[in-house]
Amino acid sequence: MMMLSRGMSIGAGLLLAAVMSGCANQPKPLYHWGPYQPQVYEYFKGDGAGEQEQIAALEENIQKARAKGEALPPGYHAHLGLLYSKAGKEDQVKQQFETEKALFPESSSFMDFLLRKFKK
Amino acid sequence: MRFSWMKGLLSAVGVVLLASGCATQKPYDYTAYKQSRPKSVLILPPLNSSPDVKATYSMLAQMSTPLAEAGYYVFPVAVVDETFRQNGLTAPGDMQAVPPAKLHEIFGADAALYVDVKRYGVTYTVLSSDVTVVAEAKLVDLKTGQLLWDGRASASSAEQQNNSGGLVGMLVSAVINQIANSLTEKGHVYAGIASQRLLSAHPNGVLYGPRSPRYGQDGVPQ
Repeated sequence: MMMLSRGMSIGAGLLLAAVMSGCANQPKPLYHWGPYQPQVYEYFKGDGAGEQEQIAALEENIQKARAKGEALPPGYHAHLGLLYSKAGKEDQVKQQFETEKALFPESSSFMDFLLRKFKK
Repeated sequence: MRFSWMKGLLSAVGVVLLASGCATQKPYDYTAYKQSRPKSVLILPPLNSSPDVKATYSMLAQMSTPLAEAGYYVFPVAVVDETFRQNGLTAPGDMQAVPPAKLHEIFGADAALYVDVKRYGVTYTVLSSDVTVVAEAKLVDLKTGQLLWDGRASASSAEQQNNSGGLVGMLVSAVINQIANSLTEKGHVYAGIASQRLLSAHPNGVLYGPRSPRYGQDGVPQ
C-alpha cells in the first residue's frame, strides 16, 4: 500500500515536471558561451572601437571554459581573430583562425579564404 | 496484452505532449530539409522592416546561440559581415542578394539563414508601451538554392504584464515602463527571446543538427 502510493506520487511528480517544463526540457548546453554574443554586439555597436576591452573579455573567458573543461562555441576563435586583426596584433590572428578550423572542420574553406587574404 | 499496454503508454505520452502545448500545430513538411541534412549555417545580416536602425545588428548578435545549440556549425557573424564589407557590400539587402552558389563558394556553408526583422522596438500607446520583436526566417540550401525551412517568431514585454491594477495602476505601470524602456536596451533583450523561439529545435522549428546528441531524433518523445 505504502509502496504503491509512493510510486504514484513519484509518477505524479514526474508528470507535473514534464507539464511545467513544457517543450523546454533542456539538456546541458553544448558550449560554454560566456560573453560571446554580448561581445559580438559590442563589436557591432562600437564600429571598430573598443576592441581591446572585447579581446580582454574573450581571452578571460577562454580560461574559464578551460577550467570547467567546456567547449567554446563555433565562431568564438574566428571572432577573436577578427578582433586581433582590428587591434593590429597580426601574429595572433592566424593562430585563432587555425584553431577555429581545427575545432570545427565545417569552417575550413572560410578559414582558408581568410588566411589567404591575410597573407597578402 | 502487451499491445494494449503499449497503447496505454502511447496515449499517456500523448496527454503529456498536449498538456505541455507542443503537439497542437500542423506538422511542417521537412522532406527537403531531411534530404539536405545541412551541417553548417551561414547567418546573413537580417533585413530590417522596422523603423529602428539597431534592429539588424541587435538581432544578428543574438542568433548564433540557438542554432549552435541545436547542433549546427554557425559561421562567426561579425567575421562574415566584415567579409561582405571588405567586398563592397554594406547593406543587408545586398548581402542577401548574393547568389547561393557564390555564398557556398566563399564560405563553404551548407545552408544560409535569411532573416527579416518585421518589428523591433517600443510601441507607445496612452496606457502602455510595449517592446516587441517579430522576425521571419528562411533556411536555404546553398548548393541547390532550395528552401529547407521557414518560420516566424515574436517576443513582447506585453506577454508578462499584468493589467489587473485598475486604471491608476495601469497609468503608473505605463510611466514606469516608458522610463525602463528608454534607459535599457529592452529591444535587444526581446530580440534574444525571439531568436531563441525562432531558431531552437522544437516542433515545426529547425531540426537538430549533427553536433547535437539528438541529431536524427526529431519528433521522438524524450
